Amino acid sequence: MLDNLNLLVIAPFLNVQLLLDGLFIGAIFALAAYGLALVWGVMNVKNLCQGEFVIMGGYFAWYIGDMGIHPMFAMPVAIVGMFAFGWATYKIMIARVVEKDMFTSLLATFGLAIVIQQGLNLAFGPEVQVADSGFPTRSFDLLGGSITVAEIKFYSFLICCFLATAVVAFMKLSRMGQAIRATAQDVRAAKVMGIDTEQVFAFTYALNAAICAAAGVLISMIWVIQPFYGITHSIRSFVIVTAAGFGNLAGVIMAALGLGVAEQYGGFVFGAEMQQVTVVGMLLLVLIWRQVQMSRYRQAVQ
Amino acid sequence: MRHLNVWTLAAATTVAMIGTSSAAYAACDEIILGSAISFTGKYSTNGIHAKNGYDLAVKKINDMGGVKIGDNCYNFKIKYYDDESTPARTAQLLERLIKQDGVKYFLGPYSSATTKAAAPVMEKYKIPMVEAEGASRSLFNKGYKYLFAVLSTSEQYLASSVALAAEIAKKEGKKPGDVKVAMAFENDPFSQDVRAGVLDDIKKHGLRVIIDDKIPRDLSDISQTLTKVRAVKPDLLVVSGHSKGAATAFRQIGEMKIGTPMIAITHCEAAKVISKFPKVANGILCPTQWAETLSYKGPYFGTAAEYDKAFKAAYTEYKNVPYQSAQASAAVLVWHDAFKRAQSLDPDKVRDAIAATDMKTFYGNIRFSKAGNNIAKPMVLRQIQNGKYNVVAPSEWASHKVEYPRKAQ
Repeated sequence: MLDNLNLLVIAPFLNVQLLLDGLFIGAIFALAAYGLALVWGVMNVKNLCQGEFVIMGGYFAWYIGDMGIHPMFAMPVAIVGMFAFGWATYKIMIARVVEKDMFTSLLATFGLAIVIQQGLNLAFGPEVQVADSGFPTRSFDLLGGSITVAEIKFYSFLICCFLATAVVAFMKLSRMGQAIRATAQDVRAAKVMGIDTEQVFAFTYALNAAICAAAGVLISMIWVIQPFYGITHSIRSFVIVTAAGFGNLAGVIMAALGLGVAEQYGGFVFGAEMQQVTVVGMLLLVLIWRQVQMSRYRQAVQ
Repeated sequence: MRHLNVWTLAAATTVAMIGTSSAAYAACDEIILGSAISFTGKYSTNGIHAKNGYDLAVKKINDMGGVKIGDNCYNFKIKYYDDESTPARTAQLLERLIKQDGVKYFLGPYSSATTKAAAPVMEKYKIPMVEAEGASRSLFNKGYKYLFAVLSTSEQYLASSVALAAEIAKKEGKKPGDVKVAMAFENDPFSQDVRAGVLDDIKKHGLRVIIDDKIPRDLSDISQTLTKVRAVKPDLLVVSGHSKGAATAFRQIGEMKIGTPMIAITHCEAAKVISKFPKVANGILCPTQWAETLSYKGPYFGTAAEYDKAFKAAYTEYKNVPYQSAQASAAVLVWHDAFKRAQSLDPDKVRDAIAATDMKTFYGNIRFSKAGNNIAKPMVLRQIQNGKYNVVAPSEWASHKVEYPRKAQ
């Protein structure tokens, strides 16, 4: 461990490399996490099949790439397709559990995750798949070493920024966005004001699926996809949203980027096996800190 | 006299009738081999490869006249159940095969995890299993008496790459202690077994480990490990983590322009690295259990190349024959050989015959250690050269020379 720290001091360019890799990947985490924050915040459904939506998006890219078309073109197809899928899922399933207690929706979405996994497995087989962007890697000399940046990671970062901005603008400016925010604040009050909350819920859930799909398209070009790899993305989303709280996009983005960088550093310094431990450990600290912070507002009910 | 004639006639008619339905298998009884194997779930692709291998060998043996024990002849038949890629289900189904279906001879499931669940069941009922798809070393240090494996165990997977690195260092006049090794292994039982084997060999040859990372099971990112590799410049990089590990490693080695002169990675074939990463793949070493280019030969299928042909003729959907199928076929051959020598249907006698197996096959030599693993067949190391897998080590079986150093892309 000390050698690794030492290495970071002797070769400062490694810091830049880790930082960049962390930020690039963190931006993609931010997408899926923001989708979760929406669904969680607006309809109080903890969507356990978040990662499966990401993987489904990935399969769009892989499938289209396999047909000889550049996988990047899968992005609009995946967004539209998964929006429709999300809408249908809401109408068929989520609408029936949204009013029930937390465990019902947890169980329902967990079940859905399994159905999606097995469905993908039947449709595409259990092999690990990748979509190839074909973009080259650039190297730069900086701080006495060469830094490599895969172009696909850089473009993904830009696309993530664009999508995040688009979603924010939509939330602030459009009628539906305002309705979503109103519903998130108080469902009953929104209903009284004449908002069709049922419609808002369906839209939110569909929007979440579409955002996840976008993240999935990028993931398939940067990492690998397989029907059963969704869980990692679900866990990351939960970690980010738990740390950042929902209803706060800036917080989600900061937490996601931080998580990406922390993973890189954790893996580098403590070894790859400690990569996720580092992240979950940090979450634990955040939660303990919050607990302490909030304790003075808490009143005992007896 | 007339009475007898009627009976002869009847018998002749019966034989003729059976004869029309299945000419070759006439008048033979059946020996049922049981197997709970993965047709669905995450191991399904390889489970089906294995099933095809089993079926091909069964057909071959039955076509060759089946098993002769005394004056009786028997045909093999396999009773399959789908274990859904879950070890608990494997154990359940094996109990069912033994208790309800009365099966007394077994072929293995696919994967180390399911085989691990199978072994105690076999032990409990004292029924032998010849398996072909569970390579984990931990299967063979528990003292199981009824489990036999035709494949090389996991700790041998990457060991030959260490030997190769030491050999090259010696040739270049370097001391073994100057050869630096970086390792990245998935944190699961299989890959950790591979790691244990690599460490043993590193110790034996006196090389030096400078990176020893364990990749978490659900991680598809090894870029920080590779960043470290770029900084400390090892001479050999070894990676193992199933198809996911292979795909991730190939992708990121390319993306980060890793220039390590020798890189060895397991599961290249399963991850289809040549078609997915054609540029990066060149020069990378991949271990394999079996390859159709090897000069192995045996009485059933002939040479490895002839097996390759027979398999492709039987299953036209395959462009390459996976080694999972080849070793599955080999397991069936072991059963046939054992029955022939045991001349008995008693599971314990057949078990002893299996333990005494010493045969040459298209899949390599098969001889079991006391622990039940095959000690007569080495792992071979193939290097990807111009988009093809060429055997480069061990030198006894090598068809091509190793390209060293590998050209970084």
